[in-house]
Amino acid sequence: MAELPNLIPAIPELLLAASALVLLLFGAFRGDTSTRTISWATVGVMALAAVFIISGPSDGVQTFAGMFVADGFGVFMKLLILLGSGLTIILSLGYLRDHGMERFEYPILILLATLGMMMMVAAADLISLYVGLELQSLSLYVLASFRRDSERSTEAGLKYFVLGALASGILLYGASLVYGFTGSTNFDAIAANIAAQEHGASVGVLFGLAFLTAGLAFKVAAVPFHMWTPDVYEGAPTPVTAFFSVAPKIAAFALFVRVMMGPFGGLAADWSQIIVVLSATSMVLGAFAAIGQRNIKRMMAYSSIGLIGFALMGLAAATPEGIQGLILYMTLYLAMNIGAWAIILNMRRGSSLVENIDDLSGLAKNQPMMAAAMAIFMFSLAGIPPLAGFFAKFYVLLAALDAGLYTLAVIGVLSAVVGSFYYLRIIKLMYFDEPAEKFTAPTREVGLIITAAAVFTLLFFLFPAPFVAEAELAANALFR
Amino acid sequence: MFDWPLLSILTILPTVGAVFIFVIRGEDELVARNARNVALWTSLITFVLSLVLWIGFDTSTAAYQFEESRPWIADGITYHMGIDGISLMFILLTTLLTPLAILASWESIKVRMREYMIAFLIMETLMIGVFSALDMVLFYLFFEAGLIPMFLIIGIWGSDNRVYATFKFFLFTLTGSVLMLLAILWLYFQAGTTDIPQLAAIGFDPMWQRWLWIAFFAAFAVKIPMWPVHTWLPDAHVQAPTAGSVILAAVLLKIGAYGFLRISIPILPDASAYFTPLIFWMSAIAVVYASLVALMQEDMKKLVAYSSIAHMGFVTIGIFTFTTTGIEGALMVMLSHGLVSAALFLCVGVIYDRHHTRLIDKYGGLVHRMPAYAAVFLLFTLANVGLPGTSGFVGEFLVLVGVFQVNTWIAFFATTGIILSAAYALWMYRRVIMGALTKEELRYMFDLNPREVAVFAPLVFLVLLFGVWPQPLLDVFSASVANLLNEHQLALGLTEAKSMFAAR
Repeated sequence: MAELPNLIPAIPELLLAASALVLLLFGAFRGDTSTRTISWATVGVMALAAVFIISGPSDGVQTFAGMFVADGFGVFMKLLILLGSGLTIILSLGYLRDHGMERFEYPILILLATLGMMMMVAAADLISLYVGLELQSLSLYVLASFRRDSERSTEAGLKYFVLGALASGILLYGASLVYGFTGSTNFDAIAANIAAQEHGASVGVLFGLAFLTAGLAFKVAAVPFHMWTPDVYEGAPTPVTAFFSVAPKIAAFALFVRVMMGPFGGLAADWSQIIVVLSATSMVLGAFAAIGQRNIKRMMAYSSIGLIGFALMGLAAATPEGIQGLILYMTLYLAMNIGAWAIILNMRRGSSLVENIDDLSGLAKNQPMMAAAMAIFMFSLAGIPPLAGFFAKFYVLLAALDAGLYTLAVIGVLSAVVGSFYYLRIIKLMYFDEPAEKFTAPTREVGLIITAAAVFTLLFFLFPAPFVAEAELAANALFR
Repeated sequence: MFDWPLLSILTILPTVGAVFIFVIRGEDELVARNARNVALWTSLITFVLSLVLWIGFDTSTAAYQFEESRPWIADGITYHMGIDGISLMFILLTTLLTPLAILASWESIKVRMREYMIAFLIMETLMIGVFSALDMVLFYLFFEAGLIPMFLIIGIWGSDNRVYATFKFFLFTLTGSVLMLLAILWLYFQAGTTDIPQLAAIGFDPMWQRWLWIAFFAAFAVKIPMWPVHTWLPDAHVQAPTAGSVILAAVLLKIGAYGFLRISIPILPDASAYFTPLIFWMSAIAVVYASLVALMQEDMKKLVAYSSIAHMGFVTIGIFTFTTTGIEGALMVMLSHGLVSAALFLCVGVIYDRHHTRLIDKYGGLVHRMPAYAAVFLLFTLANVGLPGTSGFVGEFLVLVGVFQVNTWIAFFATTGIILSAAYALWMYRRVIMGALTKEELRYMFDLNPREVAVFAPLVFLVLLFGVWPQPLLDVFSASVANLLNEHQLALGLTEAKSMFAAR
């Protein structure tokens, strides 16, 4: 009889899994009328999981035969993911009600996706990585096509599924190459194997690494693996898009970092070239392609591609400072993006949502507080101090310069200037143009989230130190 | 009394006022009136507080005073504030002009008075912050954050083509300053600190200095603005509301030159010496070219804008002479131009409020209807030209003396600029004020009202006072300028000694 593995590090994940099943049963018996109850229950479960994560181990303890690890990096990223997921569920409530989408599977799918993301973050083995990734992806495919009577939504889901499956395949192929040439799927074992090679890693491992990178780049939507993003962002129901742009991005980034810095940390010189190219092309394309967009969801898609490129700069540095910068970047990205999406979700007249950026015209006259919040998010995304977005860029740039990536840093700041153009255009519409029709007032929860995100973004500069210290701890966990 | 963090209080005070205005609720009319009053009182209290700063300031030393240091982002990046004689003058200029700008907007702003006043007060906080920051990241924070309120001021309350102008302003400035950000970060990981006094004590490698200098130059040159990156300025000035132009010309342009004095020269002495000819020729071109362009302008604000570019050319020439007279002259030009250009924009604003056009052709013979206005306008026109007895003369004279010792050709071109400035300024004056009052619609123009008199009176007084008695100003910054030059000579000598040592 095999010994029972140490379950303590995995309590939050186990909690999520068990709750998902219980809530699913509950929903199956009570039907769609229970959506609201289940949504709030999901949020509660996530909050509970966050408590367990904070009080649980963070010293790098491994369990399930080395497949699962709980370290400082994981703790930080899991908390971000839970925060992102929980807030999106709350943001979705109004939309689901207005669009007759109150089906109880919605919060449960988000819960399952979140579980997958937490598995990704905690993975210490290529197998557990893949299982987590697929659990997340499959839930996301369904979410993208959740409005099954809408052509755009189903198209988005299908597109996402086909391309996502391809990326998963590429990733799996890379993983099998790595396994074949190093003899293990365990991260530590792979790292030890690579370190033991006298003449550097074999070509097979490098090939495997390249395929893995391509697969992961797809998940974070870095150029040239970004093609799905604008279509899926535009087609998916707006709360789902909001969800896509936050939690899964953070999880995919955490996974990216975990894989690159863990098993392949010794090969940083090799893979960082790839990351530099991904980063530079993402930043440039994100900045230029967003200019032509009239649909705000598409614009945000390109904007997220550009922001992802910036975050990759931290990974390309492959130093503790770089990872620290990246972690901070994702934290602040969460705040700005949740806020911006909360406002986009509130661009509704009567009960129907509008998506054209021109619909924001004159918002400052109609709803001055909402316009002020949106202006804060837009200036922050453009990276103008003293808003949070500036500090996000600041730390990543610092790490990039420290690692000698001068050209990349210059490309980064210049594309940020180009990118600031379309953020400014939103502010121009809201403040300089004549008012269009008024939007419906936000519900209390949404208003609260918008306010909290705006205040955080605006005042982050007063108290950056605790966040910086936490991010440093989290980053150092990867460099023990 | 001086145990108080006076600089921080001074910096935050306008924002506190802005928060008060933010929470005002009620009828539009009432909100507008309260917002104006709160803004005016806040800025007046700030001004009084800055006078306290001046009284408590010790002019005999070049050391930083009123220093404050608190942990902020990281070990080497702290909240470090402090002023020397150079920064004190700019802080006073800022706190003096903000209440005047607010007073000048009393009636000309018709919409969204509350937001307007909030933007101005936040702008004041940021400007005071720029001049008191002794940490580069803090400096950058204030420097760049100033884009946000100015972007909104031009964009919301500007004239017809405001969107184009404000985007151009924002993107030009942003492009320059992101390069500065990279340079700041590079300095941080080289030296482990972004503290300006500490960085000035480290001698960086001369080759690296050049790259860094270019990055800082990109930011400051756009801000000043120097030829050929000046093109945003005429647009921004023409489209901005009167008070926006006032702040832009009087204070924001000076931030670039202040950056040279605070950062480029102390921290990058070798590169500053190396690039002096470049600055000289760019400035000389700016002086002559901008003056010639000013001759051809039909829009009064555009004319004053080009005249600003020419005057800022004088400033950069003066700074890079590295002589006491040159730098003190540059500072005098800046302060004088701060008063005079502000006054000229206000003068344009006065007739714009009445007649709603800035085109020179639409006016003529105003002296018959507005004698007091004509006198005030004449005084500032002559001060702009640099007539002896006005503050404009002192600065330009000192700069010319300084540059003549260093480079006579540059002195020649700079002098040409003065002659041209007399031509464009007086010609504009003649066309607007003098002649017969033939245009029918001008017959109903009325002269300065008491509020406008209150706006112009302090400016008239100061321009004349500093024209005949510049000593109080020179006293404030002479120790700092002497120290700046000393350090510069020392640093250059040190590099020379190093290279001779290496050659041996």
